[in-house]
Amino acid sequence: MSFLINVNNKDIEAREGETILDSLNREGLNVPTLCHLKGKLPTGSCRMCVVEDINSGRLVAACASPVYEGMKIQTHSHRVVESRKMIVELLLSNHPDDCLYCVRNKNCELQDLSDELQVRERRIKGKKNNINLDRSSPSIVRDPDKCILCGRCVRVCEEVMGVSCIDFINRGSDSFVGPAFNKSLNTSSCVKCGQCIMVCPTGALSEKSHFPELISMLNNPEKTVVVQYAPAISVSLAEEFDMPAGVDITGIMNAALRKIGFNYVFDTTFTADLTIMEEAGELAERINEGGKLPMITSCCPGWIKFAEQFYPDMLPNLSTCKSPQQMMGAVIKSYWAEKSEVKPDDIYSVSVMPCTAKKFEAQREEMTSKGISDVDAVITTRELGQLIRMYGIDINSMAPETTDSPLGSRSSAGKLFAASGGVMEAAMRTAYYMITGEELLRFKIEALRGMDGSKEASVKIGDMNVNVAVVNGLANARKLMEKVKKGEKEYHFIEVMACPGGCINGGGQHIGASEDEIKARMKTLYDIDDKETVKVSHKNPEIVELYEKFLGKPMGKKSHELLHTDYFKREVLL
Amino acid sequence: MNTQYNDSVKEFLVNDVLRDFTDNSNDPDLLEKISELRHDKVDEPVIYVGAGTCGLGAGAGKTLEAVKNYIKEKGVSATVTETGCIGLCAVEPIMDVQLPGYNRVSFQNITSDRVEALLDEIFQYRVSSENLLGQFDTPGSKEWEGVKYLQEHPFFAPQKRLVLKNCGVVNPVDIKEYIARGGYKSYMKTLNLYSPLEVCEIIEKSGLRGRGGGGFPTGRKWKFANSEESDQKYLICNADEGDPGAFMDRAVIEGDPHRLIEGMAIGAYAIGATEAYVYIRAEYPLAIQRLEIAIEQARDYGLVGENIFETGVDFDIKIKKGAGAFVCGEETALIHSIEGRRGMPRPRPPFPTTIGLFGKPSVINNVETYANVSEILLKGPEWFASTGTENSKGTKVFALSGKIALTGLVEIPMGTTVREIVFDIAGGILDNRKFKAVQIGGPSGGCITEENLDIQIDYESLVNVGAMMGSGGLVVMDENTCMVDVAKFFMGFIQRESCGKCIPCREGTRRLLEILEGITSKPDGNDETETLDRFKGVMQIESLSRVIRDTSLCGLGQTAPNPVMSTHEKFRDEYEAHLYDRHCPAGVCQNLKVYKIDVDKCTGCTVCVKKCPVDAIIGSRKQPHFIVEDKCIGCGACYEACKFDAIEVV
Amino acid sequence: MENNFKEILTRYPEGSVENLIPILQDIQEAEGYLSEESVASVARYLDMPASKIYGEATFYNQFRFTPLGKYHVQVCCGTACHVLGAATVLEEIQKNIGVESGQTSKDGLFSLEVVACIGACGLAPVISVNGNFHAKVTGESIKEIMDNYRNQEKS
Repeated sequence: MSFLINVNNKDIEAREGETILDSLNREGLNVPTLCHLKGKLPTGSCRMCVVEDINSGRLVAACASPVYEGMKIQTHSHRVVESRKMIVELLLSNHPDDCLYCVRNKNCELQDLSDELQVRERRIKGKKNNINLDRSSPSIVRDPDKCILCGRCVRVCEEVMGVSCIDFINRGSDSFVGPAFNKSLNTSSCVKCGQCIMVCPTGALSEKSHFPELISMLNNPEKTVVVQYAPAISVSLAEEFDMPAGVDITGIMNAALRKIGFNYVFDTTFTADLTIMEEAGELAERINEGGKLPMITSCCPGWIKFAEQFYPDMLPNLSTCKSPQQMMGAVIKSYWAEKSEVKPDDIYSVSVMPCTAKKFEAQREEMTSKGISDVDAVITTRELGQLIRMYGIDINSMAPETTDSPLGSRSSAGKLFAASGGVMEAAMRTAYYMITGEELLRFKIEALRGMDGSKEASVKIGDMNVNVAVVNGLANARKLMEKVKKGEKEYHFIEVMACPGGCINGGGQHIGASEDEIKARMKTLYDIDDKETVKVSHKNPEIVELYEKFLGKPMGKKSHELLHTDYFKREVLL
Repeated sequence: MNTQYNDSVKEFLVNDVLRDFTDNSNDPDLLEKISELRHDKVDEPVIYVGAGTCGLGAGAGKTLEAVKNYIKEKGVSATVTETGCIGLCAVEPIMDVQLPGYNRVSFQNITSDRVEALLDEIFQYRVSSENLLGQFDTPGSKEWEGVKYLQEHPFFAPQKRLVLKNCGVVNPVDIKEYIARGGYKSYMKTLNLYSPLEVCEIIEKSGLRGRGGGGFPTGRKWKFANSEESDQKYLICNADEGDPGAFMDRAVIEGDPHRLIEGMAIGAYAIGATEAYVYIRAEYPLAIQRLEIAIEQARDYGLVGENIFETGVDFDIKIKKGAGAFVCGEETALIHSIEGRRGMPRPRPPFPTTIGLFGKPSVINNVETYANVSEILLKGPEWFASTGTENSKGTKVFALSGKIALTGLVEIPMGTTVREIVFDIAGGILDNRKFKAVQIGGPSGGCITEENLDIQIDYESLVNVGAMMGSGGLVVMDENTCMVDVAKFFMGFIQRESCGKCIPCREGTRRLLEILEGITSKPDGNDETETLDRFKGVMQIESLSRVIRDTSLCGLGQTAPNPVMSTHEKFRDEYEAHLYDRHCPAGVCQNLKVYKIDVDKCTGCTVCVKKCPVDAIIGSRKQPHFIVEDKCIGCGACYEACKFDAIEVV
Repeated sequence: MENNFKEILTRYPEGSVENLIPILQDIQEAEGYLSEESVASVARYLDMPASKIYGEATFYNQFRFTPLGKYHVQVCCGTACHVLGAATVLEEIQKNIGVESGQTSKDGLFSLEVVACIGACGLAPVISVNGNFHAKVTGESIKEIMDNYRNQEKS
């Protein structure tokens, strides 16, 4: 049922049961929010969205108050605006004065609000909290002093990721957000996915930066600095430069990276294809030889840590394949090094990832070979944006360039890795070929595409129906794992991506993207798949060459040495 | 023998009293039995000792011991009974003696050392006026000549005791006495005569409103929950009494736990709940213990459990102990706490009557509200509504404290004036000092000054003068009370107890507290901006208070600025004295105290010099000394140390 | 220790999150505080994240997370003590026993707490150990005082 409510002396439509904020937003009317998370139950904690309910004469929170027939509200009366301003001033009275030095300078919701509300002096003074900065994690820096306790991170960690690593600690003005027993993030159950960073309105959560080392390496003539970038980067980096979401700037990015000083530019999509070769081979092997099923993907480091903590008994189900990032790292310091006659020691291998957990993954002990790490530094999409700006590069005036060869060519199947369901689609294409010797008739598996948190399909390969499931958002993974453990349904292959929607919405991506913008990134990937001529990993010419000249065959001895890994149970306070 | 006796009494009470709940006043046999169980008729002397928390604090434990020793040593045959608190906390320990055939007599200030003399005397059928409080009107018993009746005592005379009826009179953990005094009859009547909806209507008609603070009509709340379709509903009793200066819930549970259980049983029936929770402060161990015993007794009598008296009605009560968080008095926070979560409030709607405990429709009322219920069902809504003012019916229990002669618990009809409470019931201001204000409603309330002393207490009138009913804490302040200090005290309390969820309450209350701290203390450094900040801060009191009130998420935050707003409005002169003159007119704010040495009295002994922690006292030996005001931090160490009264506070 | 929690846990149904507070109350009564170990076992038993349990426990006044030391040291930080260098004293004590306020030393001998004025301004700066006042303490005298307690322990 719908009815009219009066907003700022104009009638607008409102629907029974919705909140004031819902009605306002549909009409394109905005009120500021800090704790609101779209699609989640309101907590009503920040009080920024208060509006004046004329009938009751009270200020009510728009995010949590239902509309009613005959409602009259003022969204920007003097009383409302003054209240909002004071709330912001109260927050600022307990906030560091270091905007200029803050990682979120110019991209901070608190800063925006204080500007919008014309806060021009520190009217309210008082004691500030002083809680230790937590730089322990290789992925995430936590600065509780900048935290405004909106609780978004707590909710994302619990409701979306199913990790619940952090919660509010203490009460009242002593409150802060942290892991159990106020441990450091590094020793906590944090899976480093970085989704908390994505929802943080201020600089309280940010990625751990590797800039100083990276820059010194770029300036070190002894070092060959190579870079790889994940399939998701080219379709999201544009937003860092105020371009519309979903613009693919692969070529420009290649040019920019070279301009920065990277000696070689590779595309992680290449090793996504390689992953598919290995993973499809592993799947075929498990199916044919009665191995542990369902097999579960292993390219997402957030998911890997999650499984090691919460589902240690399911570790044998995880594919032993390293992630594309680590495969690339390994191949660069072996095959490519050999080929290019560079000592592995002299290579500084950087990867650009949409992900903060990748920083952690690169540091895992298993991701080294003879004491040399596969990947030396990981930067996020956001950090690449900063790097490009720092080097004064105008990406609007760059001529597109190609990647370096080998390790530069790709199939569109590998590109699909960036979206939830993409690994599965790519794997099915190659598994079909490996098992039947023929190509799939229709590559596209619609049921596995889109933003749904949980997707399923059944793919007929030869005589066999292969049941596959795709989940994103670790809370959905948890549900699926429980289902699998209980034996409610039998799957052959499961793809898990920690972040909702997959890497295009990873914790290292541009902050502030809407769901529509995420979808636009996704659409670009599908468009690429439509247009590309090489749509299957096993037809990627450089992959074929890699196997011929170096690896031999998928799941072969060399592959096992370089491209596969193992996992171990983690003892953390859960 | 004892169990046999108990079983037969139980059978009698269950079959002849409770099952025949309509009218049984004509059977002399039955009346005789009841009279015994009520302890109206006793075969041997009974000695009652008020053993509520307040009594025990005043030494009732030792009194009790002394009484038992007395009986043992003198070989007297007498029964000793512990009761709850009758309300006159100021004169605890209170001890009553009831000799067979005689009215029960009550004595005050009976510390253990007075027991022997008193008992010696009364066993000689003599009572002396010292320590005498008054005699009860025990049915069928002889009057003590020349002894005033308790109901004539100025403390009790204006009271109307419904909720506190049994408190301090009965043995709280004796279900037999409770039933003999008419208890659980109301529950029986309810189960047999009324539909759940009718119960809600009766309560609505009575005009009973929530006694926990908000004053929402209880019957209407019950109706909301009654109308919800659900496989399970819950009834919750909020006994998380955390206001500084409020202790009526504790007294009711300690003094008459069965009244609470009966009220809750009726409420549960009315809304269709079979499970109930009492959320009670862990700091009330005695109340918890007595309530646990009472619940077990009720279970034994078939009044709690399944298929109560074959009516098909189920009812069970669980006790949940709070873990120390004032905000859990807020209903949604309380629900979260029972569910095992952080006790933080959530936005309403949905109200608990729709989505409450474990997501099910739930009704939450406080102890006093439930304690009113059984009498309403027993005597009818009209009877209840005949007491009180137009919109506030019945009585209200207040906890009196502060600078008055008689502190304690009183239950007065709504509409009584504040003046009557302070000057008639509580005996006026101590030491004949000048009355300044009454703070009603605890940290959410405000203060009432001389000009409003004659308002008739009800929900609306209190709000109109800037206070509120709250749970019923009433603190009286005299000329020696500093109102800025009072505001600071409450603000400090709220600030510590704020849950921290919403910004205005979390950040706002601490800034308000800092402003108050600023004007009641001297800076300890040479911060040049301090003075300016102090002035700016005071200028923000009003706007800051308004925003906290307007925008906070829950009732705790919305009312948090009340004590500040109220004192700031009514005692602006005191604020100004602190701010401009750096002087506390009441001489309370230690930091603003200025100590001076009287040169005539000072002998130059230098004791004060040695005690002064900041070397603010100068002078040569055997010569009068001086205090350097700028250095003095007002700790008072010199004042304490001086043997010649040469140091004065100005 | 583990058995101790287990016995307490069995009083409540597995997974009954609503019993969290009673369980924590029971454990604290038995152990004197909530250890990481006990919280972890409660987390497993109730299938509830440890962060939520810690978050909840720190919300309420009742729970503590370190056992009190054999000697509980309270440092007064009232105005008088503050002016006379309570901060230095505190620093010295922290150094001496190796813990910060609210914590207990590893050997369980000392726990430290900062308190508001304890009303002994004439003795400032003052500390109290198990209720016994030590007056006019200085950075130097702290060592002596603490060593005294340590020696008492040895003999």
